[in-house]
Amino acid sequence: MSVAAPLDVAALRADFPILDRRDGDRPLVYLDSAASSQKPLAVLDAMDAYYRETHANVHRGVYELAAEATRRYEAGRTSVARLVNAPERGVVFTKNVSEAVNLVAWAWGVRTLRPGDEVLVSIMEHHSNIVPWQIVAEITGATVRFCPIAGEGELDLEAFHSLLGERTRMVAVVHVSNTLGTINPVRELAAAAHEAGALVLVDAAQAVPHMPVDFEEVGCDFLGFTGHKMLGPTGVGVLAARPETLEAMGPFLGGGEMISDVTTEGSSWASVPHKFEAGTPPIAEVVGLGAAAEYLMGVGMERVRAHEVALTGYALGALSQVHGVRTFGPSDPVRRGCPVSFTLEGVHPHDVAQFLDQQGVCVRAGHHCTKPLMRALGVQATARASTYLYNSEADIDALVQGLHGAARYFG
Amino acid sequence: MGLDDLYQALILDHYKNRRHHGELDEPTVAVDENNPMCGDEIHLEIRLEDGRLVGIAHRGQGCSISQASASMMSDLVAGMSTDDALELVDHFRRVMRGDEAPDEDRLGDAIALEGVAKYPARVKCALLSWMALRDAIGRAGAGGALTAAEATRGEG
Repeated sequence: MSVAAPLDVAALRADFPILDRRDGDRPLVYLDSAASSQKPLAVLDAMDAYYRETHANVHRGVYELAAEATRRYEAGRTSVARLVNAPERGVVFTKNVSEAVNLVAWAWGVRTLRPGDEVLVSIMEHHSNIVPWQIVAEITGATVRFCPIAGEGELDLEAFHSLLGERTRMVAVVHVSNTLGTINPVRELAAAAHEAGALVLVDAAQAVPHMPVDFEEVGCDFLGFTGHKMLGPTGVGVLAARPETLEAMGPFLGGGEMISDVTTEGSSWASVPHKFEAGTPPIAEVVGLGAAAEYLMGVGMERVRAHEVALTGYALGALSQVHGVRTFGPSDPVRRGCPVSFTLEGVHPHDVAQFLDQQGVCVRAGHHCTKPLMRALGVQATARASTYLYNSEADIDALVQGLHGAARYFG
Repeated sequence: MGLDDLYQALILDHYKNRRHHGELDEPTVAVDENNPMCGDEIHLEIRLEDGRLVGIAHRGQGCSISQASASMMSDLVAGMSTDDALELVDHFRRVMRGDEAPDEDRLGDAIALEGVAKYPARVKCALLSWMALRDAIGRAGAGGALTAAEATRGEG
Protein backbone atom coordinates (compact mmCIF):
# COMPACT_ATOMS: atom_id res chain seq x y z
CA MET A 1 0.00 0.00 0.00
CA SER A 2 1.49 3.32 -0.97
CA VAL A 3 1.73 6.20 1.46
CA ALA A 4 -0.60 8.25 -0.71
CA ALA A 5 -3.41 5.66 -0.69
CA PRO A 6 -6.42 7.15 1.07
CA LEU A 7 -7.80 5.49 4.17
CA ASP A 8 -10.43 2.82 3.65
CA VAL A 9 -12.62 4.18 6.42
CA ALA A 10 -15.29 1.48 6.07
CA ALA A 11 -12.72 -1.27 6.57
CA LEU A 12 -11.00 0.62 9.35
CA ARG A 13 -14.26 1.16 11.25
CA ALA A 14 -14.56 -2.61 11.66
CA ASP A 15 -11.57 -2.38 14.01
CA PHE A 16 -13.61 -0.26 16.45
CA PRO A 17 -16.34 -2.34 18.13
CA ILE A 18 -18.05 0.66 19.76
CA LEU A 19 -18.91 2.09 16.34
CA ASP A 20 -21.44 -0.75 15.95
CA ARG A 21 -23.39 0.64 18.88
CA ARG A 22 -27.03 1.46 18.19
CA ASP A 23 -29.38 3.40 20.43
CA GLY A 24 -32.70 2.15 19.19
CA ASP A 25 -32.25 2.36 15.44
CA ARG A 26 -29.81 5.27 15.63
CA PRO A 27 -26.20 4.55 14.75
CA LEU A 28 -23.49 6.22 16.80
CA VAL A 29 -22.06 9.35 15.17
CA TYR A 30 -19.05 10.03 17.32
CA LEU A 31 -17.65 13.52 16.79
CA ASP A 32 -15.86 14.06 20.09
CA SER A 33 -12.47 12.48 19.53
CA ALA A 34 -10.71 15.66 20.63
CA ALA A 35 -12.11 14.90 24.09
CA SER A 36 -11.32 11.20 23.87
CA SER A 37 -10.90 8.78 20.98
CA GLN A 38 -12.45 5.35 20.61
CA LYS A 39 -10.30 2.21 20.84
CA PRO A 40 -9.48 -0.40 18.20
CA LEU A 41 -9.52 -4.14 18.93
CA ALA A 42 -5.73 -4.16 18.76
CA VAL A 43 -5.63 -2.03 21.92
CA LEU A 44 -8.44 -3.85 23.72
CA ASP A 45 -6.90 -7.24 22.91
CA ALA A 46 -3.40 -6.21 23.98
CA MET A 47 -4.66 -5.05 27.37
CA ASP A 48 -6.88 -8.10 27.80
CA ALA A 49 -4.06 -10.47 26.88
CA TYR A 50 -1.71 -8.67 29.23
CA TYR A 51 -4.02 -9.21 32.20
CA ARG A 52 -4.93 -12.77 31.20
CA GLU A 53 -1.42 -13.97 30.42
CA THR A 54 1.35 -11.85 31.85
CA HIS A 55 0.36 -9.61 34.72
CA ALA A 56 2.87 -9.10 37.52
CA ASN A 57 4.53 -5.99 38.89
CA VAL A 58 7.26 -4.56 36.72
CA HIS A 59 10.98 -3.98 37.36
CA ARG A 60 10.87 -6.13 40.51
CA GLY A 61 10.21 -9.83 40.43
CA VAL A 62 13.00 -12.27 39.65
CA TYR A 63 10.50 -14.74 38.25
CA GLU A 64 9.83 -15.10 34.54
CA LEU A 65 6.26 -13.78 34.72
CA ALA A 66 7.46 -10.46 36.15
CA ALA A 67 10.22 -10.30 33.56
CA GLU A 68 7.66 -10.77 30.80
CA ALA A 69 5.40 -8.07 32.26
CA THR A 70 8.40 -5.74 32.34
CA ARG A 71 9.25 -6.56 28.72
CA ARG A 72 5.71 -5.75 27.62
CA TYR A 73 5.71 -2.52 29.58
CA GLU A 74 9.03 -1.42 28.15
CA ALA A 75 7.92 -2.49 24.66
CA GLY A 76 5.15 0.09 25.06
CA ARG A 77 7.83 2.70 25.65
CA THR A 78 9.70 1.59 22.54
CA SER A 79 6.58 1.91 20.37
CA VAL A 80 5.69 5.35 21.71
CA ALA A 81 9.28 6.57 21.26
CA ARG A 82 9.23 5.35 17.66
CA LEU A 83 5.92 7.06 16.90
CA VAL A 84 7.24 10.50 17.82
CA ASN A 85 10.94 9.89 17.13
CA ALA A 86 11.99 10.56 20.71
CA PRO A 87 14.82 8.85 22.57
CA GLU A 88 13.43 5.89 24.50
CA ARG A 89 15.12 6.94 27.74
CA GLY A 90 13.41 10.29 27.34
CA VAL A 91 9.89 8.85 27.30
CA VAL A 92 8.31 9.26 30.74
CA PHE A 93 4.87 7.81 31.37
CA THR A 94 2.59 10.17 33.26
CA LYS A 95 -1.13 10.05 33.96
CA ASN A 96 -2.03 12.55 31.22
CA VAL A 97 -0.82 15.85 29.74
CA SER A 98 -1.85 17.74 32.88
CA GLU A 99 0.54 15.59 34.88
CA ALA A 100 3.26 15.95 32.24
CA VAL A 101 3.07 19.75 32.51
CA ASN A 102 2.93 19.57 36.29
CA LEU A 103 6.02 17.37 36.25
CA VAL A 104 7.99 20.07 34.41
CA ALA A 105 6.43 22.91 36.41
CA TRP A 106 7.45 21.29 39.69
CA ALA A 107 10.62 19.37 38.89
CA TRP A 108 12.07 22.23 36.86
CA GLY A 109 9.97 25.33 37.56
CA VAL A 110 9.83 25.39 41.35
CA ARG A 111 13.58 24.74 41.61
CA THR A 112 14.56 27.21 38.89
CA LEU A 113 12.18 30.13 38.55
CA ARG A 114 12.95 33.33 40.46
CA PRO A 115 11.01 36.56 40.99
CA GLY A 116 11.02 38.49 37.72
CA ASP A 117 11.32 35.36 35.57
CA GLU A 118 8.60 34.81 33.01
CA VAL A 119 6.74 31.83 31.64
CA LEU A 120 5.27 32.62 28.22
CA VAL A 121 2.13 30.73 27.22
CA SER A 122 -0.52 31.46 24.63
CA ILE A 123 -4.08 32.59 25.21
CA MET A 124 -5.28 29.47 23.38
CA GLU A 125 -3.76 27.03 25.90
CA HIS A 126 -5.82 24.32 27.51
CA HIS A 127 -6.09 24.91 31.27
CA SER A 128 -3.59 22.07 31.69
CA ASN A 129 -0.86 24.30 30.24
CA ILE A 130 -1.88 27.40 32.22
CA VAL A 131 -2.83 26.38 35.74
CA PRO A 132 0.38 24.47 36.65
CA TRP A 133 2.40 27.54 35.64
CA GLN A 134 0.16 29.87 37.64
CA ILE A 135 0.61 27.68 40.72
CA VAL A 136 4.37 27.57 40.31
CA ALA A 137 4.52 31.31 39.55
CA GLU A 138 2.72 32.02 42.81
CA ILE A 139 5.31 30.00 44.72
CA THR A 140 8.39 31.37 42.95
CA GLY A 141 7.39 34.96 42.22
CA ALA A 142 7.64 34.39 38.48
CA THR A 143 5.05 35.80 36.07
CA VAL A 144 2.89 34.01 33.49
CA ARG A 145 2.48 36.03 30.30
CA PHE A 146 -0.03 35.33 27.57
CA CYS A 147 0.54 35.68 23.85
CA PRO A 148 -2.66 36.82 22.09
CA ILE A 149 -4.20 35.53 18.89
CA ALA A 150 -4.77 37.37 15.62
CA GLY A 151 -6.46 36.85 12.27
CA GLU A 152 -8.47 33.65 12.12
CA GLY A 153 -7.30 32.50 15.52
CA GLU A 154 -3.61 32.07 14.78
CA LEU A 155 -0.97 32.93 17.33
CA ASP A 156 0.00 36.60 17.03
CA LEU A 157 3.64 36.02 16.05
CA GLU A 158 4.56 39.69 16.26
CA ALA A 159 3.29 39.77 19.83
CA PHE A 160 5.07 36.48 20.55
CA HIS A 161 8.43 37.86 19.49
CA SER A 162 7.93 41.04 21.50
CA LEU A 163 6.84 39.12 24.61
CA LEU A 164 9.82 36.78 24.31
CA GLY A 165 12.77 38.32 26.11
CA GLU A 166 15.64 37.76 28.47
CA ARG A 167 13.26 37.24 31.38
CA THR A 168 11.51 34.40 29.57
CA ARG A 169 12.62 31.11 31.07
CA MET A 170 9.97 28.84 29.60
CA VAL A 171 7.76 28.95 26.52
CA ALA A 172 4.83 26.56 26.97
CA VAL A 173 2.61 26.38 23.93
CA VAL A 174 0.01 24.14 22.38
CA HIS A 175 0.78 22.43 19.07
CA VAL A 176 -2.83 22.16 17.86
CA SER A 177 -5.53 24.13 19.68
CA ASN A 178 -8.29 21.87 21.02
CA THR A 179 -10.80 24.70 20.54
CA LEU A 180 -9.69 26.58 17.41
CA GLY A 181 -7.92 23.77 15.62
CA THR A 182 -5.06 26.19 14.90
CA ILE A 183 -1.71 24.54 14.20
CA ASN A 184 1.01 26.61 15.82
CA PRO A 185 4.44 26.91 14.16
CA VAL A 186 6.07 25.09 17.05
CA ARG A 187 9.38 24.54 15.30
CA GLU A 188 9.77 28.26 14.66
CA LEU A 189 8.61 29.11 18.19
CA ALA A 190 11.04 26.62 19.72
CA ALA A 191 13.96 28.02 17.73
CA ALA A 192 13.11 31.58 18.77
CA ALA A 193 12.67 30.56 22.41
CA HIS A 194 16.01 28.77 22.46
CA GLU A 195 17.63 31.80 20.87
CA ALA A 196 16.27 33.82 23.81
CA GLY A 197 17.62 31.26 26.28
CA ALA A 198 14.26 29.79 27.28
CA LEU A 199 13.15 26.18 27.47
CA VAL A 200 10.19 25.00 25.40
CA LEU A 201 7.31 22.74 26.30
CA VAL A 202 4.86 21.73 23.57
CA ASP A 203 1.41 20.41 24.46
CA ALA A 204 0.88 17.98 21.60
CA ALA A 205 -2.30 16.35 22.94
CA GLN A 206 -4.23 17.20 19.74
CA ALA A 207 -1.24 16.79 17.40
CA VAL A 208 0.35 13.40 18.08
CA PRO A 209 -2.90 11.46 17.46
CA HIS A 210 -3.62 13.20 14.17
CA MET A 211 -0.43 14.05 12.28
CA PRO A 212 3.22 13.11 12.05
CA VAL A 213 5.03 14.67 15.01
CA ASP A 214 8.79 14.32 15.24
CA PHE A 215 10.23 15.28 18.61
CA GLU A 216 13.69 15.92 17.17
CA GLU A 217 12.33 18.00 14.32
CA VAL A 218 10.09 20.14 16.54
CA GLY A 219 13.19 20.83 18.60
CA CYS A 220 11.37 21.41 21.87
CA ASP A 221 12.68 20.39 25.28
CA PHE A 222 9.45 18.77 26.42
CA LEU A 223 6.63 17.23 24.42
CA GLY A 224 3.44 16.19 26.22
CA PHE A 225 0.65 14.01 24.85
CA THR A 226 -1.91 11.58 26.16
CA GLY A 227 -2.91 8.00 25.43
CA HIS A 228 -6.68 8.18 25.37
CA LYS A 229 -6.82 10.76 22.59
CA MET A 230 -4.65 8.56 20.33
CA LEU A 231 -6.65 5.32 20.39
CA GLY A 232 -5.06 4.20 23.67
CA PRO A 233 -6.56 3.81 27.15
CA THR A 234 -7.19 6.50 29.75
CA GLY A 235 -4.79 6.79 32.66
CA VAL A 236 -1.55 7.08 30.72
CA GLY A 237 0.13 10.08 29.14
CA VAL A 238 3.64 10.87 27.97
CA LEU A 239 6.29 13.45 28.63
CA ALA A 240 9.02 13.16 26.02
CA ALA A 241 12.33 14.94 26.59
CA ARG A 242 16.01 14.47 25.99
CA PRO A 243 17.47 12.13 28.63
CA GLU A 244 20.11 14.75 29.51
CA THR A 245 17.36 17.28 30.21
CA LEU A 246 15.59 14.85 32.51
CA GLU A 247 18.82 13.89 34.25
CA ALA A 248 19.53 17.53 35.04
CA MET A 249 16.15 17.89 36.76
CA GLY A 250 15.30 16.95 40.33
CA PRO A 251 12.55 14.41 40.90
CA PHE A 252 8.82 15.22 40.85
CA LEU A 253 6.85 12.56 42.72
CA GLY A 254 8.77 10.51 45.25
CA GLY A 255 8.11 6.90 46.12
CA GLY A 256 8.71 3.39 44.98
CA GLU A 257 10.55 2.56 41.79
CA MET A 258 12.12 6.02 41.33
CA ILE A 259 15.06 5.59 43.70
CA SER A 260 18.58 4.30 43.47
CA ASP A 261 19.03 4.09 47.24
CA VAL A 262 17.12 5.17 50.32
CA THR A 263 18.74 5.67 53.70
CA THR A 264 17.60 7.37 56.86
CA GLU A 265 19.76 10.32 55.82
CA GLY A 266 18.30 10.71 52.35
CA SER A 267 17.78 9.15 48.95
CA SER A 268 19.31 9.06 45.51
CA TRP A 269 17.43 8.70 42.30
CA ALA A 270 17.02 6.02 39.70
CA SER A 271 18.24 6.75 36.20
CA VAL A 272 15.81 8.27 33.71
CA PRO A 273 13.10 7.76 32.75
CA HIS A 274 12.35 5.73 35.89
CA LYS A 275 13.30 8.63 38.15
CA PHE A 276 10.01 10.20 37.05
CA GLU A 277 7.82 7.11 37.33
CA ALA A 278 7.18 6.79 41.06
CA GLY A 279 5.16 3.82 42.26
CA THR A 280 3.68 0.96 40.29
CA PRO A 281 2.97 2.43 36.86
CA PRO A 282 -0.19 1.89 34.76
CA ILE A 283 1.25 -1.26 33.20
CA ALA A 284 -1.73 -2.51 31.21
CA GLU A 285 -2.37 1.04 30.02
CA VAL A 286 1.18 1.38 28.72
CA VAL A 287 0.77 -1.96 26.95
CA GLY A 288 -2.44 -0.62 25.41
CA LEU A 289 -0.79 2.67 24.45
CA GLY A 290 2.04 0.76 22.80
CA ALA A 291 -0.53 -1.17 20.77
CA ALA A 292 -2.22 2.12 19.81
CA ALA A 293 1.10 3.59 18.65
CA GLU A 294 1.77 0.45 16.57
CA TYR A 295 -1.75 0.65 15.10
CA LEU A 296 -1.26 4.30 14.11
CA MET A 297 2.16 3.57 12.58
CA GLY A 298 0.58 0.68 10.71
CA VAL A 299 -2.05 2.99 9.22
CA GLY A 300 0.54 5.70 8.67
CA MET A 301 0.36 9.16 10.23
CA GLU A 302 0.68 10.88 6.84
CA ARG A 303 -2.46 9.07 5.70
CA VAL A 304 -4.31 9.90 8.92
CA ARG A 305 -3.42 13.56 8.42
CA ALA A 306 -4.44 13.55 4.72
CA HIS A 307 -7.80 11.96 5.62
CA GLU A 308 -8.46 14.57 8.30
CA VAL A 309 -7.47 17.53 6.13
CA ALA A 310 -9.99 16.36 3.55
CA LEU A 311 -12.68 15.66 6.15
CA THR A 312 -12.13 18.97 7.97
CA GLY A 313 -12.38 20.79 4.66
CA TYR A 314 -15.65 18.98 3.98
CA ALA A 315 -16.94 19.83 7.47
CA LEU A 316 -16.06 23.53 7.20
CA GLY A 317 -17.76 23.70 3.80
CA ALA A 318 -20.88 21.89 4.99
CA LEU A 319 -21.17 23.96 8.17
CA SER A 320 -20.84 27.20 6.22
CA GLN A 321 -24.03 26.22 4.38
CA VAL A 322 -26.06 26.04 7.59
CA HIS A 323 -27.85 29.31 8.30
CA GLY A 324 -26.68 30.88 11.56
CA VAL A 325 -23.56 28.75 12.02
CA ARG A 326 -20.33 30.51 12.87
CA THR A 327 -17.13 28.46 12.92
CA PHE A 328 -13.94 29.39 14.74
CA GLY A 329 -10.30 28.99 13.78
CA PRO A 330 -8.47 28.93 10.44
CA SER A 331 -10.65 28.41 7.36
CA ASP A 332 -7.91 26.56 5.48
CA PRO A 333 -7.94 22.88 6.57
CA VAL A 334 -4.24 22.57 5.76
CA ARG A 335 -3.46 25.13 8.45
CA ARG A 336 -5.55 23.50 11.14
CA GLY A 337 -6.32 20.29 12.97
CA CYS A 338 -9.72 18.68 13.10
CA PRO A 339 -11.47 20.16 16.16
CA VAL A 340 -14.11 22.51 14.70
CA SER A 341 -15.79 24.82 17.22
CA PHE A 342 -18.98 26.50 16.15
CA THR A 343 -22.05 28.32 17.38
CA LEU A 344 -25.58 28.22 16.03
CA GLU A 345 -27.24 31.61 16.22
CA GLY A 346 -30.03 31.77 18.79
CA VAL A 347 -29.38 28.32 20.25
CA HIS A 348 -27.10 27.80 23.21
CA PRO A 349 -24.30 25.26 22.57
CA HIS A 350 -25.59 22.97 25.35
CA ASP A 351 -28.97 22.87 23.71
CA VAL A 352 -27.32 22.21 20.35
CA ALA A 353 -25.40 19.29 21.85
CA GLN A 354 -28.48 17.96 23.62
CA PHE A 355 -30.52 18.08 20.42
CA LEU A 356 -27.73 16.40 18.44
CA ASP A 357 -27.51 13.67 21.07
CA GLN A 358 -31.11 12.83 20.31
CA GLN A 359 -29.99 12.22 16.73
CA GLY A 360 -27.14 9.99 17.92
CA VAL A 361 -24.54 12.70 17.21
CA CYS A 362 -21.98 13.20 20.00
CA VAL A 363 -20.38 16.66 20.15
CA ARG A 364 -18.87 18.58 23.02
CA ALA A 365 -20.34 21.85 24.27
CA GLY A 366 -18.84 24.27 26.73
CA HIS A 367 -15.57 26.14 27.18
CA HIS A 368 -13.36 23.15 26.28
CA CYS A 369 -11.06 23.92 29.24
CA THR A 370 -9.92 27.08 27.43
CA LYS A 371 -11.65 29.84 29.39
CA PRO A 372 -9.05 32.57 28.69
CA LEU A 373 -9.47 31.85 24.97
CA MET A 374 -13.26 31.96 25.28
CA ARG A 375 -13.02 35.41 26.87
CA ALA A 376 -10.67 36.55 24.09
CA LEU A 377 -13.14 35.29 21.49
CA GLY A 378 -16.00 36.97 23.35
CA VAL A 379 -18.08 33.82 23.62
CA GLN A 380 -19.20 31.94 26.70
CA ALA A 381 -19.30 28.52 25.11
CA THR A 382 -19.16 26.80 21.75
CA ALA A 383 -20.17 23.43 20.40
CA ARG A 384 -17.27 21.43 19.00
CA ALA A 385 -17.21 18.61 16.47
CA SER A 386 -13.95 16.72 16.17
CA THR A 387 -13.16 13.85 13.85
CA TYR A 388 -10.60 11.09 13.69
CA LEU A 389 -9.48 8.41 11.29
CA TYR A 390 -12.74 6.43 11.71
CA ASN A 391 -15.04 9.33 10.74
CA SER A 392 -16.43 9.84 7.28
CA GLU A 393 -18.40 12.46 5.36
CA ALA A 394 -21.58 10.62 6.42
CA ASP A 395 -20.85 11.65 10.03
CA ILE A 396 -20.57 15.29 8.97
CA ASP A 397 -23.82 14.97 7.00
CA ALA A 398 -25.56 13.69 10.14
CA LEU A 399 -24.18 16.65 12.08
CA VAL A 400 -25.44 19.13 9.49
CA GLN A 401 -28.86 17.51 9.37
CA GLY A 402 -29.01 17.66 13.17
CA LEU A 403 -28.13 21.36 13.15
CA HIS A 404 -30.96 22.14 10.75
CA GLY A 405 -33.26 20.30 13.15
CA ALA A 406 -31.93 22.17 16.18
CA ALA A 407 -32.42 25.52 14.46
CA ARG A 408 -36.05 24.61 13.75
CA TYR A 409 -36.67 23.19 17.23
CA PHE A 410 -35.35 26.14 19.20
CA GLY A 411 -36.11 28.80 16.58
CA MET B 1 -37.40 9.50 26.92
CA GLY B 2 -37.84 11.96 24.06
CA LEU B 3 -36.44 15.41 23.62
CA ASP B 4 -39.85 16.97 24.21
CA ASP B 5 -39.89 15.51 27.75
CA LEU B 6 -36.75 17.51 28.46
CA TYR B 7 -37.62 20.64 26.51
CA GLN B 8 -41.27 21.06 27.40
CA ALA B 9 -43.08 23.98 25.79
CA LEU B 10 -43.12 25.79 29.15
CA ILE B 11 -39.32 25.67 29.30
CA LEU B 12 -38.92 27.10 25.84
CA ASP B 13 -41.49 29.76 26.69
CA HIS B 14 -39.64 30.83 29.83
CA TYR B 15 -36.35 30.72 27.90
CA LYS B 16 -37.65 33.04 25.22
CA ASN B 17 -39.61 35.31 27.58
CA ARG B 18 -37.68 35.45 30.80
CA ARG B 19 -39.63 36.62 33.83
CA HIS B 20 -37.87 38.92 36.32
CA HIS B 21 -35.02 39.36 33.86
CA GLY B 22 -32.77 42.34 34.55
CA GLU B 23 -31.66 44.14 37.69
CA LEU B 24 -33.20 45.65 40.81
CA ASP B 25 -32.89 49.31 41.76
CA GLU B 26 -31.86 48.63 45.33
CA PRO B 27 -30.96 44.98 45.87
CA THR B 28 -30.27 43.79 49.39
CA VAL B 29 -27.87 41.18 48.04
CA ALA B 30 -26.43 40.34 44.64
CA VAL B 31 -24.66 37.07 43.92
CA ASP B 32 -22.87 35.56 40.95
CA GLU B 33 -22.85 31.83 40.43
CA ASN B 34 -21.33 29.85 37.62
CA ASN B 35 -21.16 26.26 36.59
CA PRO B 36 -17.42 25.57 36.19
CA MET B 37 -18.15 22.49 34.13
CA CYS B 38 -19.87 24.29 31.28
CA GLY B 39 -19.49 27.99 31.99
CA ASP B 40 -23.16 28.87 32.56
CA GLU B 41 -23.38 32.10 34.53
CA ILE B 42 -26.09 33.77 36.55
CA HIS B 43 -26.23 37.10 38.33
CA LEU B 44 -29.07 37.14 40.87
CA GLU B 45 -30.32 40.09 42.88
CA ILE B 46 -32.84 39.97 45.70
CA ARG B 47 -34.50 42.61 47.84
CA LEU B 48 -35.64 41.59 51.29
CA GLU B 49 -38.12 43.40 53.53
CA ASP B 50 -39.27 41.90 56.83
CA GLY B 51 -38.06 38.47 55.85
CA ARG B 52 -39.86 38.50 52.51
CA LEU B 53 -38.51 38.48 48.98
CA VAL B 54 -40.10 41.69 47.75
CA GLY B 55 -37.87 41.84 44.70
CA ILE B 56 -35.91 39.39 42.59
CA ALA B 57 -34.11 39.75 39.26
CA HIS B 58 -31.61 37.72 37.30
CA ARG B 59 -29.47 37.96 34.23
CA GLY B 60 -26.80 35.72 32.81
CA GLN B 61 -25.73 33.48 30.03
CA GLY B 62 -26.50 29.87 29.65
CA CYS B 63 -28.52 27.17 28.01
CA SER B 64 -32.31 27.10 27.81
CA ILE B 65 -32.54 24.89 30.90
CA SER B 66 -30.51 27.20 33.15
CA GLN B 67 -32.19 30.38 31.90
CA ALA B 68 -35.73 28.98 31.98
CA SER B 69 -35.10 27.59 35.46
CA ALA B 70 -34.01 31.04 36.68
CA SER B 71 -37.15 32.56 35.20
CA MET B 72 -39.44 29.95 36.78
CA MET B 73 -37.70 30.12 40.15
CA SER B 74 -37.96 33.93 40.26
CA ASP B 75 -41.64 33.78 39.39
CA LEU B 76 -42.27 31.26 42.14
CA VAL B 77 -40.44 32.86 45.03
CA ALA B 78 -41.32 36.51 44.37
CA GLY B 79 -43.21 37.68 47.45
CA MET B 80 -42.42 34.57 49.48
CA SER B 81 -40.89 34.56 52.95
CA THR B 82 -37.25 33.52 52.90
CA ASP B 83 -38.06 30.45 55.00
CA ASP B 84 -40.65 29.25 52.49
CA ALA B 85 -38.29 30.01 49.60
CA LEU B 86 -35.49 27.99 51.20
CA GLU B 87 -37.85 25.07 51.75
CA LEU B 88 -38.86 25.24 48.12
CA VAL B 89 -35.22 25.31 47.01
CA ASP B 90 -34.65 22.21 49.07
CA HIS B 91 -37.62 20.43 47.55
CA PHE B 92 -36.54 21.35 44.01
CA ARG B 93 -33.00 20.12 44.71
CA ARG B 94 -34.27 16.77 45.96
CA VAL B 95 -36.52 16.45 42.90
CA MET B 96 -33.57 17.12 40.60
CA ARG B 97 -31.54 14.47 42.41
CA GLY B 98 -34.36 12.00 42.07
CA ASP B 99 -34.71 11.79 45.86
CA GLU B 100 -38.26 13.10 46.01
CA ALA B 101 -41.38 13.13 43.84
CA PRO B 102 -42.22 16.59 42.54
CA ASP B 103 -45.04 18.46 44.27
CA GLU B 104 -46.86 20.11 41.40
CA ASP B 105 -48.72 22.56 43.61
CA ARG B 106 -45.49 23.92 45.04
CA LEU B 107 -43.39 23.91 41.87
CA GLY B 108 -45.80 25.64 39.50
CA ASP B 109 -44.24 26.07 36.06
CA ALA B 110 -41.01 24.53 37.38
CA ILE B 111 -42.77 21.17 37.27
CA ALA B 112 -41.77 21.28 33.59
CA LEU B 113 -38.16 20.79 34.71
CA GLU B 114 -39.02 17.39 36.16
CA GLY B 115 -37.58 15.64 33.10
CA VAL B 116 -34.16 17.23 33.64
CA ALA B 117 -33.57 14.83 36.54
CA LYS B 118 -33.15 12.06 33.97
CA TYR B 119 -30.28 13.94 32.28
CA PRO B 120 -27.52 14.02 34.92
CA ALA B 121 -25.35 16.33 32.80
CA ARG B 122 -28.09 18.96 32.81
CA VAL B 123 -29.13 18.86 36.48
CA LYS B 124 -26.49 21.46 37.35
CA CYS B 125 -27.94 23.76 34.70
CA ALA B 126 -31.39 23.56 36.29
CA LEU B 127 -30.04 24.01 39.84
CA LEU B 128 -27.75 26.96 39.16
CA SER B 129 -30.24 29.78 39.89
CA TRP B 130 -31.79 27.95 42.85
CA MET B 131 -28.40 27.57 44.48
CA ALA B 132 -27.77 31.24 43.75
CA LEU B 133 -30.98 32.10 45.60
CA ARG B 134 -29.99 30.00 48.60
CA ASP B 135 -26.60 31.67 48.63
CA ALA B 136 -28.15 35.15 48.35
CA ILE B 137 -30.56 34.55 51.23
CA GLY B 138 -27.69 33.13 53.25
CA ARG B 139 -25.55 36.18 52.65
CA ALA B 140 -28.39 38.44 53.64
CA GLY B 141 -28.17 36.77 57.03
CA ALA B 142 -31.56 35.20 56.70
CA GLY B 143 -30.37 31.63 57.16
CA GLY B 144 -29.64 29.02 54.56
CA ALA B 145 -25.95 29.79 54.03
CA LEU B 146 -24.02 26.89 52.58
CA THR B 147 -22.01 25.00 55.13
CA ALA B 148 -18.47 24.28 54.01
CA ALA B 149 -19.35 20.62 53.57
CA GLU B 150 -22.33 21.42 51.38
CA ALA B 151 -20.36 23.88 49.29
CA THR B 152 -17.62 21.39 48.50
CA ARG B 153 -19.92 18.46 47.90
CA GLY B 154 -21.28 20.19 44.83
CA GLU B 155 -24.76 20.06 43.49
CA GLY B 156 -26.42 17.63 41.20
